[in-house]
Amino acid sequence: MSCQLGRDKLDAYVDESLPPEELALFEEHLHGCGECAREALSRLQMKRATRAAAASFAPSAEFRLRMEAQISKGSKPRLGKSWLPILVSACAVLVVVAVSTFVLLRPAAEQGVAELVDDHVATMASANPVDVISTDKHTVKPWFEGKLPFTFNLPELDNSPYILVGGKLVYFEHRPGAQLLYQLRKHRISVFLLRQEPGILPASSTTSTESKEGFSVESWTQANLRFVVISDAGPADVHALAELLRAAQAH
Amino acid sequence: MPLFARLYNFARWLTGEDAAAEDLVQETYMKALKGFSGFRQGTNFRAWIYRILRNSFLTSRTGLKVSLSFDAEEDGVPEPATAETPETALLARLEQETIRRALEELPVKFREVILLCDLEEMSYQEIALTMGIPVGTVMSRLSRARKAMRELLTSTVQGGVR
Repeated sequence: MSCQLGRDKLDAYVDESLPPEELALFEEHLHGCGECAREALSRLQMKRATRAAAASFAPSAEFRLRMEAQISKGSKPRLGKSWLPILVSACAVLVVVAVSTFVLLRPAAEQGVAELVDDHVATMASANPVDVISTDKHTVKPWFEGKLPFTFNLPELDNSPYILVGGKLVYFEHRPGAQLLYQLRKHRISVFLLRQEPGILPASSTTSTESKEGFSVESWTQANLRFVVISDAGPADVHALAELLRAAQAH
Repeated sequence: MPLFARLYNFARWLTGEDAAAEDLVQETYMKALKGFSGFRQGTNFRAWIYRILRNSFLTSRTGLKVSLSFDAEEDGVPEPATAETPETALLARLEQETIRRALEELPVKFREVILLCDLEEMSYQEIALTMGIPVGTVMSRLSRARKAMRELLTSTVQGGVR
């Protein structure tokens, strides 16, 4: 084609990859340049046709079943049992990515906590809420070894009404973290542990307690870790568990 | 397994065979899980797992044959697009099957970049991460790939007319 601008920018335009300021200029150009306008239209059609034609192959039901069986049973697995938590985590990442696409416009802080609340709700709804099931912190904590780029302490619960249920690996903003599940009477409480990094959630050295869509949430930063405790139990119950966790880190 | 079907489709396009695609997907997940500690925080998960799949393919028996053709690398300057046939007219005469066959005929290095961009709708940046090449190279390779695709389709249509 004869138009130099078209040669340089058409692909990026069709692939929606032009930076905003260039996009505005190029769209203006398209109004005046018939050659580029025709070419843009035909390339868009080509892109769509390619997409339709390329989505050709689906895994067979048998292959899907075989993979799922390997994951859930772990019997004679070619992949090993350690696969499961990470696969679950990978799914979690995708869910987070998908969800975050829709909530990008919300303020970062609110969005971050809201996503963790969503994770907590999803955990409650799951038939397999945790990947390591144990009331013993000496079982749960070592399970995270090698899975997380940080470590943490869990509190002794002997003289408290809280019971440790277990834990699993979670992903927040593509970063791995721990989700611990506690039981208090009929309530369940999620404790998220994430490495505190700029942009992950607003940094805060102080404890903040708030109510989010009926859930009590308490969060704080300690030893470079971000703690977020979420439950449908009352704020006082959440706060008491948070106190135990804070004391455990201080040891 | 939300990415399962997409990874399979991509693997099937790379390998050209059902059984090889299944092996490749399985190997990809296995490597992803083993190497999960190597997944750096803040990096793009999708690009990461596609990259594992792609690298596994390139070191496989089929992949080793095609990977040789990666040696001649582009200079990062997009090739001028010279489509003699207006694609609108071209497309009107094309059926999905024809496009599919053209994709199959494309060299793997062109096929994969078109799939990542047009089917997976990855950004240039994500494709660069997946393929481990600079963004400029992604753009020039994509431009060449589309040109090759147009030429294949044009010759198919003209061949059909004759």
